[in-house]
Amino acid sequence: MGEQSPASAGYQQPPPRMGFFTDTSVCIGCKACEVACKEWNQVPDDGLNLLGMSFDNTGGLSANTWRHVAFIEQPRNGDTGSGMRWLMSSDVCKHCTRAACLDVCPTGALFRTEFGTVVVQEDICNGCGYCIPACPYGVIDQRRGDGRAWKCTLCYDRLKADLTPACAKACPTASIQYGPLEELRERAQARLEQLHEAGETSARLYGHDPDDGVGGAGAFFLLLDEPEVYGLPPDPVVTTRDLPAMWRRAGLAALTMAAAAVVAFLGRRP
Amino acid sequence: MNASGTGDQGRGTRGTRRETQDQGTRPDRRGEGTRRERRDAAVVPEAEFRSYYGRPIIKAPVWRYDIPAYLFTGGLAAGSALVAAGGDLTGRPALRRAGRLTTLAALSASTYFLINDLGRPERFHHMLRVAKPTSPMSVGSWILAAFGATAGPAAVSELAPLLPRRGPLGLVRRLAPSAGRVAGIGAAMIAPALATYTGVLLADTAVPSWHEAYPELPFIFAGSALASAAGAGLIAAPVEQTSPLRRLALAGAAIELAGAHSVETRLGLLSEPYTTGRAGRLLRAGRTLTALGVAGALLGRRSRVVSALSGAALLTASALTRFGIFAGGVRSAEDPKYTVGPQRNRLTGRENGRERR
Repeated sequence: MGEQSPASAGYQQPPPRMGFFTDTSVCIGCKACEVACKEWNQVPDDGLNLLGMSFDNTGGLSANTWRHVAFIEQPRNGDTGSGMRWLMSSDVCKHCTRAACLDVCPTGALFRTEFGTVVVQEDICNGCGYCIPACPYGVIDQRRGDGRAWKCTLCYDRLKADLTPACAKACPTASIQYGPLEELRERAQARLEQLHEAGETSARLYGHDPDDGVGGAGAFFLLLDEPEVYGLPPDPVVTTRDLPAMWRRAGLAALTMAAAAVVAFLGRRP
Repeated sequence: MNASGTGDQGRGTRGTRRETQDQGTRPDRRGEGTRRERRDAAVVPEAEFRSYYGRPIIKAPVWRYDIPAYLFTGGLAAGSALVAAGGDLTGRPALRRAGRLTTLAALSASTYFLINDLGRPERFHHMLRVAKPTSPMSVGSWILAAFGATAGPAAVSELAPLLPRRGPLGLVRRLAPSAGRVAGIGAAMIAPALATYTGVLLADTAVPSWHEAYPELPFIFAGSALASAAGAGLIAAPVEQTSPLRRLALAGAAIELAGAHSVETRLGLLSEPYTTGRAGRLLRAGRTLTALGVAGALLGRRSRVVSALSGAALLTASALTRFGIFAGGVRSAEDPKYTVGPQRNRLTGRENGRERR
């Protein structure tokens, strides 16, 4: 047997790795995904806010928002119509192949499911908060008044019952597609080529590459502009990639510290 | 909860945005969702980068003051354990006693801070559910537990003179110094790990100015731990026994200041959060007090008062440094330019490399 993907996490004969392909080119910004997610997962409300950010009054992913629809209004070069274009995109936890949140969790509350997704066990999490700054996408967050960390579970309960996650089920335009990751990657590649042929040269895939900084995302996207325009990091890297180097530096620092103490005490007595 | 900090509808007006060394982002971008600022007479070209209404990309740590406070008390506990063992092995009983008691006090404070910061404090013991080398917090929990199991008994052994001379308790009284020595040496062996793992703890995050500072953070914290422990000893011990502490203060300060200087200058754009704003003020104040503390420790070797004042300066300086490093990281997480800029440059560099090939 060859080297297993970290996403298989040692399961014996796991089901295929499941994921999301979010094709933002057909997103109409209806927010049905946000609503369906909240309803199914019983996620508390996060206030009725008017953010003044186009039609986005959610702001971003948080402990209480596991799907977030971004709205970007852009001037369009050389367009004969309104001169504007809409970008709409439903963001979600990326369920990284190399997941920083999972790596740094000190309690084992975060775990890898048999579907290759990353889920928090709410009965284990003690709210240490380490996963929150570790996530390169700013997905996972602490719920105020509850203290624990929460994020998208890729509807683990529904997956176990062989059901489609709530957001993908509710999406009226098939912008959110759910399925085996391998299949989704092929589908995304075909869609990308279709768009390029149609002259939409700004289309690009994001998070699809198993060789990227997080080993490829379980939830990846087709975007029409650079990732940062959607609030996504342009080149995310799992922080634990540098962890061996960090431990080496800490070891060196620890030896330096011990040596300094020894030298200080070995010095001549006055 | 979500409404904070976006009153300008996505066009960045918070602070001034300047290109810093080579870390700036490409200057040819505009459009909605773009965060830019026009400064007509800017000498340094302004950095431009795109973002989603200027909102942060990564989440800033939710850790409160407890964590930087723990960085300080954990370092103080570790440094003091070294002082205690050194004092014990070189026949300086005042240093031994002061070191052990400071260690216990700082360790107790550390435990309080760490538990208090949890979202679910009653589940603190879940920290010892697993041992995970990929999680510096898990590694740190085990280090702290082992340290407590050695430093605790070492400190308690200082109470032996309160026991009666005769009977079974008299036996305990006679054995206590040897047991305390063994425990104290054990604690001193663990102490450097306790003082330095916290550098990895902060660096092993997506927080840009922490992550990129990973080579320096353990050194800054090690130096700061030594200087603070020397400071505590200078306050507690009579001047006749403190000559090692003065050397320790000098060495600690040198390690700490060299590390801090490096993060403030080496990281390009990511050095900025450490030199400006609250973090900049804290780190500058810390540096000044460190210098004063070391000078006082070296020059005031005959005066108990000057020594104690120097010790207080060193302790305060160490706390300021920890809060400064913490604040700098938080600042770098809150502004998307620190996330987008370096990543964009990395991508551009890779693309250029590919073209050349």
